[in-house]
Amino acid sequence: MRVILALALLILGSTGGEIAITHGMKATGEPARLRPRALLQFLGRAFRNGWFWTGVPLMALSFYSLLVLLSWEPISFVIPASALSYVVGTLGARYILGEEVSAARWAGVVLVCAGVALVAAG
Amino acid sequence: MASERRLRVKTLVMVLVMVVCANAGDLLLKRGMSQIGAVQLTVSGFWHAFLLTVTNGTIWGGIFFLTGFMVSYMTVLSWADYSYVMPAGAFGYALLTLMAVVFLHETVSARRWIGVVLICVGVLLVGQTKPRTTAVASEAAA
Repeated sequence: MRVILALALLILGSTGGEIAITHGMKATGEPARLRPRALLQFLGRAFRNGWFWTGVPLMALSFYSLLVLLSWEPISFVIPASALSYVVGTLGARYILGEEVSAARWAGVVLVCAGVALVAAG
Repeated sequence: MASERRLRVKTLVMVLVMVVCANAGDLLLKRGMSQIGAVQLTVSGFWHAFLLTVTNGTIWGGIFFLTGFMVSYMTVLSWADYSYVMPAGAFGYALLTLMAVVFLHETVSARRWIGVVLICVGVLLVGQTKPRTTAVASEAAA
């Protein structure tokens, strides 16, 4: 039970954090050009966005859950299980961020999820 | 469309930068921490490890690359879909396995090779789709 809870925190924290950061970055807008000065201005705008700072603690929570989980379960279970975040993240992208996830993209995500689980299991 | 093509190339280059920075950063941190050795779980042990880490050039190299990862990740998410960038970033796992075989001469299990193939096919499938399906704030904001 506690393992499932920690795994849920790990996955929901990382995907929730990344979704919040994505939302913040979309509101920030693209850098005018990919030069150091324009990138610094871009980062300055991003750091003043509330969604960015919503994402950071969620990702910290996820990282803490990962550490706790690793103290209970072997890494060969933890990392493959956390590959589920590819599917959860795609659901979030579809239903929270309103991105269009085509059949081809879904197929790719499922293959990547299975692939990462296999690679991490060693 | 030329702008569609430009968006695709720009996104792929940035994802590649992201993956290379993440891998290089992790590798340098791991190398730096193994130079330092196992950290003793006491107050003085942590302090000693802290002093060793902040004076270790390899660790700073790792921090440099991980900062590069964060900046490239934020940059690509400012124009591309999260559901495009996230699976594409998994290419790093495949790259890491190939590097382990080529440079470190590690042997890789059949299961892991199957995983690498699935990741590559999955990333190619996602790569075919449109990198951006939502509206983005105007570039003029700069």
